Amino acid sequence: MTRTLYDKLVDTHKVCDLPGGDILLYVDFHIMNEYTSPQAFSGLEQKGLKVWRPEAHLSVVDHVNPTRSRAPHDAASKVLIDNLEANCTKHGIAFYGLGDRRQGIEHVVVPEQGLVSPGMVIACGDSHTTTYGAFGALGFGIGTSEVEHVLATQTLRYKRLKTMLVEVEGDLAAGVTAKDIIMKVVQVVGAGGANGYAVEFAGVAIRAQGMAGRMTICNMAVELGGRAALIAADDKAYGMAAGKPHSDGLAFDSEQWASDEGAEFDRIVTIDAAEIPPLVSWGTSPDQSVSIEGFVPDGAADMTPKAKAALDRAIAYMGLTAGQSVQDIRIDSAFIGSCTNSRIEDLRAAAKVLKGRKVAAGVQAIIVPGSTLTRMQAEAEGLDKIFADAGFDWRPESGCSMCLAMNDDIAMDGERVASSTNRNFEGRQGRGARTHLMSPAMVAAAAISGHLADVRSFTPEPE
Amino acid sequence: MPKSVTGLAAPLPLANVDTDVIMPKRFLITITREGLAEGTFADLRFDEAGNIRPEFVLNKAPWKNASILIVGDNFGCGSSREHAVWGMGQMGLTAAIGTGFAGIFYDNARKNGLVLPIVTPEARDAMLDLAAAGDGLEISIDIENRNIIAGEMSVPFEMDDATQASIIRGGDDTLDSLEHAEAIRAFEAKLGDKMRVSVLK
Ligand code: SF4
Repeated sequence: MTRTLYDKLVDTHKVCDLPGGDILLYVDFHIMNEYTSPQAFSGLEQKGLKVWRPEAHLSVVDHVNPTRSRAPHDAASKVLIDNLEANCTKHGIAFYGLGDRRQGIEHVVVPEQGLVSPGMVIACGDSHTTTYGAFGALGFGIGTSEVEHVLATQTLRYKRLKTMLVEVEGDLAAGVTAKDIIMKVVQVVGAGGANGYAVEFAGVAIRAQGMAGRMTICNMAVELGGRAALIAADDKAYGMAAGKPHSDGLAFDSEQWASDEGAEFDRIVTIDAAEIPPLVSWGTSPDQSVSIEGFVPDGAADMTPKAKAALDRAIAYMGLTAGQSVQDIRIDSAFIGSCTNSRIEDLRAAAKVLKGRKVAAGVQAIIVPGSTLTRMQAEAEGLDKIFADAGFDWRPESGCSMCLAMNDDIAMDGERVASSTNRNFEGRQGRGARTHLMSPAMVAAAAISGHLADVRSFTPEPE
Repeated sequence: MPKSVTGLAAPLPLANVDTDVIMPKRFLITITREGLAEGTFADLRFDEAGNIRPEFVLNKAPWKNASILIVGDNFGCGSSREHAVWGMGQMGLTAAIGTGFAGIFYDNARKNGLVLPIVTPEARDAMLDLAAAGDGLEISIDIENRNIIAGEMSVPFEMDDATQASIIRGGDDTLDSLEHAEAIRAFEAKLGDKMRVSVLK
């Protein structure tokens, strides 16, 4: 019988069936952060339970910590950080805290440490755990009650998802990146269009991507509602999984981690790579995006009143005018960071655009490398200097920062941000803040221009 | 636990209400589950100065007393924060009726007994209209028979068996799963050495 990659991952990790169609799914590895885990540890405490397998968990501080300096910026954040460390010490769980060179955004840290390998099941109290699909591993986000469950049992009660195949065929045009691919997919499938599905990405344009690009794509699969994202494991995936501090021998080699030829999916979506332009979001949902050569929509004539009201609301929140050219949208700030786009490849791409150029007057530009090791690598390559010379604020500490503004990097009411992040929800980067999602190179182009701009018109400086 | 829930319904037709709208991040800097009622839908309920927004449905009579929401598509998308579900419960909400929910939110709701019936867009829109009218709409959700009574309407809904059983029975998934400890140990015994992650190594 032919099976999808998703089926293989679930089948190999099934402990037993449960009533009602759930299964007990074994979790090979579990990651925690400081804000979705405290109540899970107190749940264990109240029930008098132990952690089932302490060595299969990792805790990372990333959401609330500041990036200008190491000290927590307020007492409440310090409580969260100290609480996580105390819980980890008590239960014998690995903890990468502030000042640890392995620290950074959880989904950047895990691949760096070699803690993901094809064929694994990975859970984390964070929706962007879909990132690990880039390795042919099943990663998914869970809530705090499930964090408690996986701590106590090393398993989860799991309901099998439907499967969706997204094929991106053909070659990308010049200047178009993995971020544009996934933003296109979100636009086509819709926010929530993949609710209840595990989404496998395939096709020439996906296979052509390096691991960083594949992680960007799987990361944002949750923005279309995908509870899991997957890409068949190939030499690139095995190559990146190897040779890291923890990858010694980590192997799940019972299967070939790819869908069988002819495996059936519940839904198939096909996208022509050549048709994807560099995209920017204009609205307050990740599916509200348009080509950088496009316009803020003014609504189709046959729109329902409800849809029109939603469109008007998004345009009003964003402070835009229906029909205006997106390249006329002026920005107040630029942010490069987040688990979507803060890896070394992302920093190199942005630096290539910024080299020999300056951030436009009045634009505040910030760059937060995804992890301490990424920052050190970038500094070794001299990227920090390129960013600083261009007028970017190169932050010395790593974390989520202005991706969700739980630290002190908060956009003000009405502030407009060109952002390499994954969510443009109302208030995501600060109350009243306006987010435009795009690739890191496009953020660089916008920072230089002072308005949203087409990265294809910036030829790199000659070496 | 209940086999049905009944209450006044409030219309919240916005699509893609994410968990940051349900529970803004400033309320997440906490290590307990308590005290989240105040934060629930905070930016819709209150303005920047903390004053009540009179135009928001849950601030108006009769919907002030609503315990059931009729919601837009893809409710609960975004971050995994269970605080969103805890807060809704602490605010007195027992159910939200929609056309589809984001996966993590749906599972979090199940763990906390928040009932999320899934209905067709037509049925949802009809209930939105009824709920928005004058005196409001009293709704009764029969979980056991997967059916909603809303005024003259009788609407079947979707809910998978495991979620339905879990909501009716209540109980504690963690403790229940530990009854399978033997099966978990047997599964682990079959794992090769290379399939045991050890972050401490
Ligand atoms: S970088 Fe943003 S999306 Fe990623 S884990 Fe942090 S807050 Fe979540």
